[in-house]
Amino acid sequence: MTNDKPPIWRDYRFWQITAQFVAVFLAAILVIILWSNLSRNLQQLGIKFGFDFLKQQASFDIGETPIAYKATDTYTRALWVGLINSLRVAIAGIFFTTIVGITAGITRLSDNWLVRNISLIYVEIFRNTPLLLQLLFWYFAVFLSFPKADNKISLWGFISLSQNGIELPWLSFSPEFSALLLGLIFYTGAFIAEIVRGGIQSVPKGQWEAARSLGFKPGLVMRLVVFPQALRVIIPPLTSQYLNLTKNSSLAIAIGYPDIYFVASTTFNQTGRAVEVMLLLMLTYLTLSLTISIMMNLLNRTVQIPER
Amino acid sequence: MWKSAWILAIAPLILTLAACSGESGQTANTTTTPSGSPATQATSNRWNTIKSRGQLICGVSGEVPGFSFVGTDGKYSGIDVDICRGIAAALFDNPDAVEFRNLNAKERFTALQTGEVDVLSRNTTWTLSRDTSVGLEFAPVVFYDGQAIMVRKNSNIKSLADLKDKAICVQTGTTTEQNLADQMRKRSITYKPVVFEDVNVTFATYAEGRCDGITADRSALVARRSLLPKPEDNVILDEVISSEPLAPAVAKGDTKWGDVVKWVVYSLVKAEELGITSQNVTQFASSNDPDIKRFLGTEGNLGEGLGLTNDFAARVIKHVGNYAEVYDRNLGPKTKLNLARGQNQLWSKGGLLYSPPFR
Repeated sequence: MTNDKPPIWRDYRFWQITAQFVAVFLAAILVIILWSNLSRNLQQLGIKFGFDFLKQQASFDIGETPIAYKATDTYTRALWVGLINSLRVAIAGIFFTTIVGITAGITRLSDNWLVRNISLIYVEIFRNTPLLLQLLFWYFAVFLSFPKADNKISLWGFISLSQNGIELPWLSFSPEFSALLLGLIFYTGAFIAEIVRGGIQSVPKGQWEAARSLGFKPGLVMRLVVFPQALRVIIPPLTSQYLNLTKNSSLAIAIGYPDIYFVASTTFNQTGRAVEVMLLLMLTYLTLSLTISIMMNLLNRTVQIPER
Repeated sequence: MWKSAWILAIAPLILTLAACSGESGQTANTTTTPSGSPATQATSNRWNTIKSRGQLICGVSGEVPGFSFVGTDGKYSGIDVDICRGIAAALFDNPDAVEFRNLNAKERFTALQTGEVDVLSRNTTWTLSRDTSVGLEFAPVVFYDGQAIMVRKNSNIKSLADLKDKAICVQTGTTTEQNLADQMRKRSITYKPVVFEDVNVTFATYAEGRCDGITADRSALVARRSLLPKPEDNVILDEVISSEPLAPAVAKGDTKWGDVVKWVVYSLVKAEELGITSQNVTQFASSNDPDIKRFLGTEGNLGEGLGLTNDFAARVIKHVGNYAEVYDRNLGPKTKLNLARGQNQLWSKGGLLYSPPFR
């Protein structure tokens, strides 16, 4: 009965498995070729591959050190300082950009002409100019044109602005950090605003009407009925924006904020270990991105409609 | 069983690819050059690659007046640029057979290692680690420099000690960054480095007043000061915190090409010692002095040893002049920079420049 089984090359599964097998094999060969090429070239230049240099003394200073660091510490320690600096910007950035983005996204749909158009102008300007340009703008045109430290501007008695950055009674932020953070917040916020607007508009009109007919005020309609449904559409692209913000923080190098990319460049420059440092950087950003993705996917699961 | 049959079928393909890998290893260095000339074993004979390309590719900064700078006429000038032109003159008897590539402090070594440029002539300090672990081979020093600090005149900062807890602008990827850290550590002065990758941004930030001081090689400070909005409002402190011998470099592993660059630099110094200039070099050709005859290639075959023509030094001097001419044209009293020759004088006049014999 089973004797008339088709020959194996007619079997769909056989081809599927073989194709994958070949693909993996070719990829492995490519890696081997690239690797042997690299090691040959490094050998010709008399450079050895390895991560020993990380234990050497860094012998450069870093302007912002959230953990104790001095020039006599190792490159590893310096890179940690950089990583923590990156995390500071990324976490604060993700938090504030969400607020800015949701606010701008909702006000884009406001009934108030002025509010709606202010939001429109904000989104269009910040979405359509390069981030690098915006960072340089925040740094040079905003923070560095504040008065000197002994002549600072005081806002409501507790925030003061000067060339030394933003100072609160219990905290102070350097102009490099402040410019980078504001640049990232407003740039990413403009994209999130569009995502939020799209999400809200994707909720059927009937939902608004139904909520209103139950006697909800407009604010409550948004908060309790429309926005929770919009979140289903918003969260996946929002994840991309969080990833973008985190990766874009590497532009810090343009305005002198010592993030991980910056410290890694200095390390590479002093040691000449281009390949090793780039591998470390790739691994770091990959880890950061995957962490954000996983957390956002968990969040996404909670807002999806449970289906049977 | 079928699987093993397939592996056998793929095997020839793998072998072909593996064979290719050997080739790609050898040509890898030339793949990045724009001409794409398929000269094999590029790193062990760069001179052949340059010859078939017909042009020298020279990595410069392009942002330091007096060293390498693009003028309003779009032309490169500076001492680093003249070294490149000198090499091109020795190779092709044409100082314009050079393509300049602007490299920042971070790009420069990789550009050299990967064969993007043939020679790096970019106010680069010769250090032991660069000579050994970064894969560079240095030619002789073309400018002896030292690191200094510039501050605003009205700032009351008179010495390094006055910079305690102040912000200092630094460019990253330079020995400057480490020297400053060393000096301040030695004297236990705390300070706040504000570090940038781009030299223009570094100086712009200082000009905006973010930093109380800015540090760089003394010559670079003098050069960049001339570009500040009010040059006269800035002073360079007397303290010199390091020695910075600036030298051209080639990639390690090609001593022949390294020798060419080395002896072009020496020929500039030697010409000044012998009193040969771009003006009188043709008259010197008929000299009876055996030293001069050997130098200019009218006697002996010194150039052949380098793979050049015997009159390579004469070509260099004819087109770019001797060291003094190069110096005066770019950094001397007739220029905006007006740097005293100081230690960049010939040894016979109390300086550090000395050429081994052309013999």
